[in-house]
Amino acid sequence: MATPVVTGVRTPAATAAQQRLRQLTGTAPARLRAAGAVLTALVLLFGVLTAWQVSTRAAAADQVVTHSQPLSQDAAEIYRSLADADTTAASAFLLAGNAPPALRERYEGDLATAARLLAQAAARTDASSDAQRWVAELNQQLPQYAGLVETARANDRQGLPLGGAYLRYASKQMQGTLLPTAQRLVEAENRQLNSDYTAAESFAWTAFGFGVLTLGALVWCQVLLLRRTNRVFNLGLVGASAAVLATLLWLVVGTFLAQLNLGDSRTHGADPLRVLNRARIEALQSRAAENLDLVARGGSDTYDQDWLKYTTALAGDPAKRDGGRILGGTLSDARMNAPRDAVLALDQAAKLFPAWSARHKAAEEGDNYAAALQAVVGPEGTDTSAAVFAAMDEQLGKAAAAELAAFEDSAQGVDGGLTGLAVGAGVLALLAAAGVTVGLGRRLAEYR
Amino acid sequence: MVAKGESTVRTVRTRALVVAAALAAGLVGAGTSHGVAGVVAAAPAAAPQAPAAEPAKDCSEQTPAPSSALSGRKVQEIRSRPGATLVVGVDQNSYNWGFRNPQSGQLEGFDIELARAIAKTVLGDPNKVTFRTVTTAKRIEAIRNGTVDMVVRTMTINCDRRKDIAFSAPYFSTGQRLVVPRSDKSATVAEGLRGKRACAAQQSSSETELKKPGYATSSVTIVENQLDCLVLQQLGKVDATLTDSSLAAAQAAQDPTVRLVDENIIPAKLGIGLKQEDTDLTALVNQILLDYQANGGWQAAYNRWLAPSMGTNSVPYLP
Repeated sequence: MATPVVTGVRTPAATAAQQRLRQLTGTAPARLRAAGAVLTALVLLFGVLTAWQVSTRAAAADQVVTHSQPLSQDAAEIYRSLADADTTAASAFLLAGNAPPALRERYEGDLATAARLLAQAAARTDASSDAQRWVAELNQQLPQYAGLVETARANDRQGLPLGGAYLRYASKQMQGTLLPTAQRLVEAENRQLNSDYTAAESFAWTAFGFGVLTLGALVWCQVLLLRRTNRVFNLGLVGASAAVLATLLWLVVGTFLAQLNLGDSRTHGADPLRVLNRARIEALQSRAAENLDLVARGGSDTYDQDWLKYTTALAGDPAKRDGGRILGGTLSDARMNAPRDAVLALDQAAKLFPAWSARHKAAEEGDNYAAALQAVVGPEGTDTSAAVFAAMDEQLGKAAAAELAAFEDSAQGVDGGLTGLAVGAGVLALLAAAGVTVGLGRRLAEYR
Repeated sequence: MVAKGESTVRTVRTRALVVAAALAAGLVGAGTSHGVAGVVAAAPAAAPQAPAAEPAKDCSEQTPAPSSALSGRKVQEIRSRPGATLVVGVDQNSYNWGFRNPQSGQLEGFDIELARAIAKTVLGDPNKVTFRTVTTAKRIEAIRNGTVDMVVRTMTINCDRRKDIAFSAPYFSTGQRLVVPRSDKSATVAEGLRGKRACAAQQSSSETELKKPGYATSSVTIVENQLDCLVLQQLGKVDATLTDSSLAAAQAAQDPTVRLVDENIIPAKLGIGLKQEDTDLTALVNQILLDYQANGGWQAAYNRWLAPSMGTNSVPYLP
């Protein structure tokens, strides 16, 4: 059942090819010429491959610094502005006619920031990407939300409980629709950032393998020449080998250094910033729940549960808080790998949390609504949870600024080294090719 | 906006008369605050045996006979507590019943006035009352664990709740009404719901009613608070809202572009919720309710808070 084995039968074409090969390699000069051509091609290919692979990594590293990290931070800022708008709208609503103009300005500023960053994100993200879709959805939802908040305000000013219902509905839209969409945008931008990091950090294995092969061919050629001619060193080929070896070493060291820098910008910049962004948002959501709990007093338990959920995420299980000291939660997680200035600000924020929690509890359990209102949003005085929250938010903002600066520091020049490596690989390959030509040319000359 | 469902209203009133007669009989017989122990003892014993499906009338009359005695255990406890204040569970979002006036920051409404009238008799001062806002879902829990002395919060008397708490005599006759846009000319609830997107608050009698087959609604939206339905209606997301007639009137009072369909379905009574053990306080509250009607307090509160949205004729709503 075996297929017939064809032996000894050669097609005319195969025979012709063999004859041609014998012509090319049959004589010593012909063999030398062929070896020269192959080695030159190998060396040049290695140079091109290295330059190309390294420059894609340099581009990815540059992309991290100039594009995907800022976009990812912008997405986080969009999320934060939206959450802040919701929190501020509820504070202003509770104070009604007594709301200070600053509160109204902050709300309007939040909406303006979100709209501006959305327009920026739309212009800078790929039209076909997921991110673009989330940006479009947010652009559609934002004006609707603003309309609901204004309706709430108008009804409240007429003394109708309907205003409170509108505000709760607006907040539900924010927490249930806008923020999840913004979260998807954040995740899409983070995925892009991660893939750029991975691309920038990946080792150029193809170029490296090809380099080793080229170096092997050069050495093998020199060994053959040594046996045939008894000349120990062919300076041209030695030079070419040295250039290839240098490129290989540069490739390994250069990539390693770039990886170190990128890894540093990631672990000490992008990653802690991501956790910190989450902490800031959880603080805002806790505050929104606290405000809405007062708006809906007696009408709903949802916000009381929300307060517990968000503060637990932020500052850990309340049962495990050790005499007011915070253990666990995003506030503690954010300290990890954070730069010193950020850690100091985070510690300040963590110290403020127990005071906030205590004031919230006092307001929550008291029977006097007016007193609770004063304790939670009271525009005057420092003994309110509004004041503690503002101080905490400020510290978290400080930490974010410190971490952003740290990221920019550590990411600086990451791509520069790689670009140098790409150019260097090209130059060294040309030198190596020249070495091959000179080295074998000298041997060829001996046959004339 | 006045209820014109004649037949329904008539049955409600007939039943109210029966209750009043029973109360009056109890009053004659009861000399001391514990004089009606027999009636009281029947309440917890009978409740567990009564299936939830049984009509409300079978247990709606189980309440201690009115008594003006201030010597009972609970009444004494309230009078002697530091600051001598009556703790009443209320709502702050039911317009004209229990709501916070955004201008003054004070709680106002029909329920709030009633709570003050009770404080006036119990402690001699209508201002010796602490209002504690409780949610619909937490009303019974708040009564049982003593967070509040009583709940005055548009609470419907029914058998199911009687398993856990005691009720005073009724203080308001109510039912379910449908809120529709003014342009909708429906005369009955069924007509107003046919093919429409309906809305109701969760865990309310309206929700149970809407889920019954036969209304042929195109969809039913359930929200946390009945006022959320008005928001959805204004935003064009639902067409009609079924809710307690008192709250339906409050919706119409806040939005002049909606009206109530005339028909009043599932007649029910509002009562004050109290702890089952506090029979002395319940008897006193029943006495206060009788006096409140007799001295014109009820009518004055009706005129002030409810007449603008429910009509000047208060007869259909008398307890």
